[in-house]
Amino acid sequence: MTTATSAASAGARREGPGRTERPRRPAGPAPTTMAQAINRALRDAMAEDDTVHVLGEDVGALGGVFRVTDGLTAEFGEDRCTDTPLAEAGILGTATGMAMYGLRPVVEMQFDAFAYPAFEQLVSHVARMRNRTRGALPMPLTIRIPYGGGIGGVEHHSDSSEAYYMATPGLHVVTPATVADAYGMLRRAIASDDPVVFLEPKRLYWSKETLDLSEPPRTEPFGRAAVRRAGTSATLITYGPSLPVCLEAAEAAREEGWELEVLDLRTLVPFDDETVCAAVRRTGRAVVVHEATGFAGPGAEIAARITERCFHHLQAPVLRVTGFDIPYPPPMLEKHHLPGVDRILDAVARLQWESQYTEGGTP
Amino acid sequence: MTVLEQTPGRDDSGARPTPTAAWRPRTDPAALLPDETPFRLLGTSARLDKERKELWRELYRRLVHGRRYNQQATALTKQGRLAVYPSSTGQEACEVAAALALSEQDWLFPSYRDTLAAVARGLDPVQALTLLRGDWHTGYDPRETRVAPLSTPLATQLPHAVGLAHAARLRGDDVVALAMVGDGGTSEGDFHEALNFAAVWKAPVVFLVQNNGFAISVPLAKQTAAPSIAHKAVGYGMPGRLVDGNDAPAVHQVLAEAVERARSGGGPTLVEALTYRVEAHTNADDATRYRSDDEVAPWREHDPVRVLERELRQRRLLTDAEAEEAAADAERMAARLRDRMNAEPLLDPRDLFAHVYAEPTTQLREQDAMLRAELAAEDEPGEPGAAGHDHQHDQQHEREHQHEHQHQDQERAA
Repeated sequence: MTTATSAASAGARREGPGRTERPRRPAGPAPTTMAQAINRALRDAMAEDDTVHVLGEDVGALGGVFRVTDGLTAEFGEDRCTDTPLAEAGILGTATGMAMYGLRPVVEMQFDAFAYPAFEQLVSHVARMRNRTRGALPMPLTIRIPYGGGIGGVEHHSDSSEAYYMATPGLHVVTPATVADAYGMLRRAIASDDPVVFLEPKRLYWSKETLDLSEPPRTEPFGRAAVRRAGTSATLITYGPSLPVCLEAAEAAREEGWELEVLDLRTLVPFDDETVCAAVRRTGRAVVVHEATGFAGPGAEIAARITERCFHHLQAPVLRVTGFDIPYPPPMLEKHHLPGVDRILDAVARLQWESQYTEGGTP
Repeated sequence: MTVLEQTPGRDDSGARPTPTAAWRPRTDPAALLPDETPFRLLGTSARLDKERKELWRELYRRLVHGRRYNQQATALTKQGRLAVYPSSTGQEACEVAAALALSEQDWLFPSYRDTLAAVARGLDPVQALTLLRGDWHTGYDPRETRVAPLSTPLATQLPHAVGLAHAARLRGDDVVALAMVGDGGTSEGDFHEALNFAAVWKAPVVFLVQNNGFAISVPLAKQTAAPSIAHKAVGYGMPGRLVDGNDAPAVHQVLAEAVERARSGGGPTLVEALTYRVEAHTNADDATRYRSDDEVAPWREHDPVRVLERELRQRRLLTDAEAEEAAADAERMAARLRDRMNAEPLLDPRDLFAHVYAEPTTQLREQDAMLRAELAAEDEPGEPGAAGHDHQHDQQHEREHQHEHQHQDQERAA
């Protein structure tokens, strides 16, 4: 970018006033929540690169409704972590202009369903800017969206909107399921020269892992799924908020004699066909689990890809355990909607286990 | 302004004033209101120094050029060389003045009807017309002339202008963004959000609304009940200016003042230019279905090229020879544009995968390979006229590039 030089010199000028020292976190492993890991990733990215700017509603003094941006305005000033007017299209639209000038904006959409006003900017501009300008204007932009249910949120606070973004070429769509990934994947998202929709499973914000953030975790690049549990009977393919549910289901399945493999996709776009197909070739059976609605949902794409690529290794049709095809239910009824351990085990039970005897498959 | 004169009220007990009694407007709305009549310079006794005389003459040459560009582009649709052309005929004063009001380092954010403004700013006309020819979307490198990609979704480019100008200011750079939109576009939410963000951030932005009377077929009365579009500025806390959009010197002066205001930290301005879309929405539109010739006729009289030419001649600032030279220069531009647009555009289907991501995904590589295999199959010997396609293609590519560069150099020299 032509602005790179002036950007660097301007950055030097802006050091100093307004920056306050925050107490350093003690070195060494400590229990860390996903919200803290994301906060730390933002802070480290902002400290390393003064073109990183955070924008959103209530991200300043309040530190965000989930406290994910806590302390960033105090540390970096209002120009770096900015409370915007309450208008999502305006937030993403202005962030697009900032990215055109060579900055690396990180936009917070307060909740999944409140990101929809920004959809036109995302689809018609952010996702295609590189393409329409033949690579002249990349969009190094991260759009953080807390998503999914299970927190007792009232209407419009629990959507799983990933399929909309997955259907838009030009976007990366990623979602961490572990605290370490939340840190590492957000750092990768901010460093990416392509726009990244970074979906944060809000019911995992308070999940904890013991991490040493003085030596930040390194994570796999986008497009690599992770095997979170080894198993030979069948593969549960999942991501984000459904990972802990699948791990619990896999534990419970041992009582039935099944050893379930659990695959965490991590990034929905780009999609890791290789790891998914390798898993299905090993186990011959697969269940896709996600909160989003099933019809034309991510599971439909995943099942189709598996069928196209490893049909002859399948012992049973790929099944899906997803949210129902209904508007996200009110909080007092959401437990019936969300994929749970029992529903996952029921699906596993329907994977035509008798066929292993008729076709000589190995248990 | 009685509200401004209110003093905090006290009740009889002498207790603390009520919060609402202490209310005042945060800014004086009167200072933001547009004038009651559109600002004009043509037909007034405005005195011109040497610099302004030269500016008016320059505006005239640019207007003649712009009119010829519009005519040529429209003709190219009839010859099938452009997929579509939304003409700015009758609006050349706004298009040209917008480009001329900006300095080298500033940015222009045009809509799809503003290719003339982009060309006037220095963008190669063939590149400006790429979108409308259909060989790529916008294609050109916006950083070279600081012309943002032409925006087809209405008003969505306005928040980009705000963000870019805001970013530049945060970096300490002297950059103003001028964003163009039509009267129809002011109904979009992005118009509102852009103006609101710009005012709150005091971003160095100028919003130019060309009120040309129509959003395709829908007249302004069905678009807004506001006293004027310029009045909307008051709601955002920025000044609104109203200008005769067919008076090129007036448009230039109002925009130049707004640009200077933005540059010096004064924040954004909303400018409404009253003009008229003399042609149909595009070559594919039929304007007779929604307006009569009687309505168009007075606007043909109040034509931006004609009124400026008349004034220049009255003021003895334009000779017959100069007018002929301007027309001849425009004719040469049109001929060059015609020649270049008559050359087949270079199409490479393999480009489809080139700029989706910085690095193509595995899936895109697979699809790219599939397309390459299809193209190779088409080139198999036996397919009519296809042998050696790739080699020829590459040579043509090379020639085309040289050709383009030569033309660009000529245009710039001219």
